[in-house]
Amino acid sequence: MYESNGEKYFIVDSHMHYWNAAPDNWVPGAEQYAKGWIECFHAYQGLGPPETHWSIEHFQSYSEDDLMKDVFEDGHVDVAIFQPTDLKEWYKEGFNTTEKNAEMGKKHPGKFIYNTNFDPRDGDLGLEKLKANVERYGSIGVKLYTAEWNNGSRGYKLSDPAAYRYLEAAQNLGIKNVHVHKGPTIWPLDKDAFDVSDIDHCATDFPELNFIIEHVGLPRIEDFCFMATQEPNVYAGLSVVIGGLMHARPNFFAKVIGELLFWVGEDKMTFGSDYGIWEPKWQIEGFVDWDFPDREEFSDFPRLGIAGKKKILGLNAARLYGIDVPAEYQLKDDTQLVAGA
Amino acid sequence: MTAPVTAGSARSTAPGVTDVTPGAPRADLLRALETVRDPELDEPITSLGFVTSCTVSGDGDAEIRLRLPTYFCAPNFAYLMVADAYDAVSALPGVRRAEVVLEDHFASDAINGGVAAQAGFVRSFDGEAVSELHELRANFLRKAVMAGTDQVCRPLLAAGKDPAALLAMTLGELPPSRALERLRQRRADLGLSADDGAALLIDPSTGAPVLPAAVPLHLRKARVTAVSIEANSGICRGMLRHRYNNTQGQGETVPPGD
Repeated sequence: MYESNGEKYFIVDSHMHYWNAAPDNWVPGAEQYAKGWIECFHAYQGLGPPETHWSIEHFQSYSEDDLMKDVFEDGHVDVAIFQPTDLKEWYKEGFNTTEKNAEMGKKHPGKFIYNTNFDPRDGDLGLEKLKANVERYGSIGVKLYTAEWNNGSRGYKLSDPAAYRYLEAAQNLGIKNVHVHKGPTIWPLDKDAFDVSDIDHCATDFPELNFIIEHVGLPRIEDFCFMATQEPNVYAGLSVVIGGLMHARPNFFAKVIGELLFWVGEDKMTFGSDYGIWEPKWQIEGFVDWDFPDREEFSDFPRLGIAGKKKILGLNAARLYGIDVPAEYQLKDDTQLVAGA
Repeated sequence: MTAPVTAGSARSTAPGVTDVTPGAPRADLLRALETVRDPELDEPITSLGFVTSCTVSGDGDAEIRLRLPTYFCAPNFAYLMVADAYDAVSALPGVRRAEVVLEDHFASDAINGGVAAQAGFVRSFDGEAVSELHELRANFLRKAVMAGTDQVCRPLLAAGKDPAALLAMTLGELPPSRALERLRQRRADLGLSADDGAALLIDPSTGAPVLPAAVPLHLRKARVTAVSIEANSGICRGMLRHRYNNTQGQGETVPPGD
């Protein structure tokens, strides 16, 4: 919960992690990838305020206590949604798995939601694992990293037949929310790996599922916006937008938020800190205080008020995940929150 | 690939320069590299800070070292930058042999080796790619045309021009600007009309004029495309700075504002 100027914000961190990227978890022979991955993440942290930067050692492997303090005690978060990314070709026990998240989360009842994941290239075994994870962890969301390396393949499209088979299975198992994270590689490598047109097909063909595009499709914000405006079940996940731009590039941040408000709208934008890349505290406090710079170039963007910020910081994700929000945090006029997820 | 060695001039005097004759002065190398762009960001690799070093020996052996914001930057775009740098430098009269080395990247070996062997993308990534990168490049040129359209239209709109009036305008009616020059070049690269009589608002995929009813959406799309590229550029610059401890690249420039 965060309170500012007498307004109370219920905070759902809809995109965060508990990873182990320390050298003892690097797969022999793949050390350079494991190291390159975590150093890339660490460079992202460099875009946040200097006082929130961590040493690379701390960043590789933060503790349970660090997470609980950064996210809940200091970070204002009420409910956090774990988004796993396996990367088992590079990290022995995985980078950030459903199992590890749940192992830690069970000590803190009510604080976490465990999303799971799948890889359409894993065949029947992968489907069994998905089923087992859904049953064991009660997952209603999945995180898909389409650039994951898997047995010589550098990635997949969500419009692949195998992906459709998994999406159907996931839907039948009760999955509601599909978080998609595009990365730099795909098969074949000559295609644009960040292209989001595959999600356009899925969103049309799976109208019961919600597709939350993490990092708002960065670096393809424009393609994401064109798609989102046509698909009622596509959402903008703001991880990286707030963390990567609000402090480092305030003008670009204002433009990107303005475009998202225009194309996607405040009912379909969800906050995610991307912890441990960035701590939620400064992101939430800064976003609550944020407004467009008072300049002509920003004048025709839709405005973002307190109600919109409440939706983005928690109420929208609470709706997607069926999280009970106490009355004091609800919008005063319920009609401000559009139903229909 | 070899280029004939000609008597080079000795006009290059910047600090740290390998100033040689015969062979191309380093300043020529840098100028050649300024023509190489990051296709996603539509900006020269020099001003982005991607050129770690560029040197040329007395015999005309040029060595270019490139760096990128992350270890995992998309390999197809990385390949294009390395290959374009190789072509640009090799074409200089004073360069006998060019070597371009992409540093600190997961696919450095495949890219550097492939470009040196003039193997093309498909052969450089054996079994992992099915075509060369012409379509990828064209796709990003189309985005650059959209962003460029925003850059030349926005001042007109801010000055009170009616969006519908833009429909009747030709490129020749626009006031001269760097943005306009750039837009013309990108359109020409795509084989689209770019002369004075060419329509300002066209569909970059087909070259067809935009229909009246589609103008507001076209301008909005142009604008979000420009915002997207700018935001990516901002993130890439920030990551590069962090990754390389604020060391400047050759020819790096800091954009005004943020």
